[in-house]
Amino acid sequence: MAEDRILFDSGHTACGGCGQAIAARLVIEAAGENTIVANNTGCLEVFTTKYPETAWGVPFIHSLFENSAAVASGIESALKFLGKKEGINVICQAGDGGTADIGLQALSGMWERGHDILSVCYDNEAYMNTGIQRSGLTPFDTNTTTSPSGKQSFGNPKLKKPVPEIARAHGIPYVATASVAFSRDIEKKVKKATSIKGPKYIQIHVPCPLGWRHAGAETITVARAAVETGLYPIFEYENGELVSVQKIKPKPVEEYLKLQGRFKHVLNAPEQIKRIQEIANNNIKKYGLQL
Amino acid sequence: MKKFIEGSYAIAEAVKLCKPGVISAYPITPQTHIVEGLAQLVADGELKAEFVNVESEHSAASTVLGAVATGVRAFTASSSQGLLLMAEVIFNIAGMRLPLVLACANRAVSAPINIWNDQQDVMAVRDSGWILFFAENNQDLIDLHLQGYRIAEDHDVMLPVMVNLDGYILTHGLEVVDMPSQELVDKFLPPYQPLYKLDPADPITLGCLAAPEHYMETRIAIQKTHESVLELIPKVCAEFKKVFGRESGGLIEAYRLEDANQVIVSMGSVVGTIKETVDDLRKEGKKVGALKLIAYRPFPKEALLNALKNIPEIAVVDKSISLGSNGVLYTDLTSIFLGQKKVPKISGFVIGLGGRDITKDSIRQVFDKLSGKQINCEFIDVKQELLEDKYGGR
Repeated sequence: MAEDRILFDSGHTACGGCGQAIAARLVIEAAGENTIVANNTGCLEVFTTKYPETAWGVPFIHSLFENSAAVASGIESALKFLGKKEGINVICQAGDGGTADIGLQALSGMWERGHDILSVCYDNEAYMNTGIQRSGLTPFDTNTTTSPSGKQSFGNPKLKKPVPEIARAHGIPYVATASVAFSRDIEKKVKKATSIKGPKYIQIHVPCPLGWRHAGAETITVARAAVETGLYPIFEYENGELVSVQKIKPKPVEEYLKLQGRFKHVLNAPEQIKRIQEIANNNIKKYGLQL
Repeated sequence: MKKFIEGSYAIAEAVKLCKPGVISAYPITPQTHIVEGLAQLVADGELKAEFVNVESEHSAASTVLGAVATGVRAFTASSSQGLLLMAEVIFNIAGMRLPLVLACANRAVSAPINIWNDQQDVMAVRDSGWILFFAENNQDLIDLHLQGYRIAEDHDVMLPVMVNLDGYILTHGLEVVDMPSQELVDKFLPPYQPLYKLDPADPITLGCLAAPEHYMETRIAIQKTHESVLELIPKVCAEFKKVFGRESGGLIEAYRLEDANQVIVSMGSVVGTIKETVDDLRKEGKKVGALKLIAYRPFPKEALLNALKNIPEIAVVDKSISLGSNGVLYTDLTSIFLGQKKVPKISGFVIGLGGRDITKDSIRQVFDKLSGKQINCEFIDVKQELLEDKYGGR
């Protein structure tokens, strides 16, 4: 096989500054050409596979919104039957809605059965493909089209669903979070995950300029601010043990919120800022993020 | 080899002979014995396959989808609510042109919840692009699974096949069958040769987004394939006879139609009861016959027209209904006579919903009513007193 095969080609139809497109490329390049990808319905599948074109240089299958973990289970089982599993990575990937909401059952089944599959969640914190509707991974106080801020609302009233904790509770050998702002960390984690047998879960924070309302050129800046404020903790669990975290000198959460239109309505609401700061503080304490 | 065997275990044995590499299923009554049988065969080392116990029918269908896409023969089975939960994946498998075989133990759909037989479940996915077969007896079950893989995996087809069997009546009924040898099955059914598969050595993308400029032709392609399957099925049937020495399969089976003036058209196990009633009525001097539909999709319009063109009075016996319209098969059958010079009187009857017993007397009622005026949709063996509750079963 050619050394220089392009695994994720340019020319796809993602928006400028799409965090998911950057992260998906980092993931597949780290996993390498001996990889089969099953993808849930969502932006990533739509902008990379519009017939008759494809951005994928690895075998890629999209079936439905919620079933990539089950499709991947079938792929992995078929490879085992053929005696070809050794040396081939199977990845199932989805957005936050496809992971935390509609796809969680299939994902839980796959984790519980112990398939040798890496599941990747590209977390842009809402249903962006359908137009910025709230998902289970939408942060507190986010203005989305189905959790709008209004005269009696500050937007999404719920906290992010703790999917990494849910994954960990399945007893799977590897659970990590990452951010598109830290590309080397993504590569390192994908390489480590694919070297471990069994189910793996990596959740990657990927800003969506359209949905978060920031300039396309600010994607990395925004993603970095989420980590530096403690709102998106970067950690790594192996066999249930916390083995690494990205330490920070925490910045106030406003430094992150003010970069995005989706939080504009809370900037003049000190009570809300306080509550969001508490979320960051809890993360910092829970994962020991303080440098 | 002759065997006295339950329908479900007959399927398990037949599927074993087809050597699938991946089996995935979720339990639902009355499908359970089929997958239990296969699980035992795997546990005993008689079948070398990955048996994947999943958390739902949606994932069962998705798992076998992934396996077939990776180039491995696969099998699943379901029923009723399970098939409905799969429905999204059922359409997807056909659209992705993946040759799977699925056994559907036909059962009523909820509400009210009812675990007994009718054929309303499969009708909910009738238009999905699958090839739909209906079995009359346990021998059909074996033969239709063998033929199912042959037809599905034909490179001119590449579509999934569903073998429908009446829940309990066939799943739990014991009959003597001829279980073929592995040697003969290997002769009839070669190993699966995928036309396309997920393989890092030759990467392809499956499940693309098709915009309005491409989507419609994907549907036309399936429609054209179904037309060609109408020609393939009799050929596979002839080859089956050559290998196994038995007549089995095909599009339809005509029973005592030669000089008949009244014929019942139906599918599934009820055809057995109809045939017996036909024999009884023939003894009484009545010129009656039966027509068994084996292939329901593709719908064998020409074969049906040829068989029925000289029959003046036809009854369609449906175990399903399109609520707000008529029996489902009735609607299909009446449509084939559009534009024909000679149009028979065709009446529609709905029978046995939710497992209500169908006796020879039920079938006699149908023949009796055929002589009267044409009927679109009449239920047989109805308890009138229960109809007084307008919202019955809520």
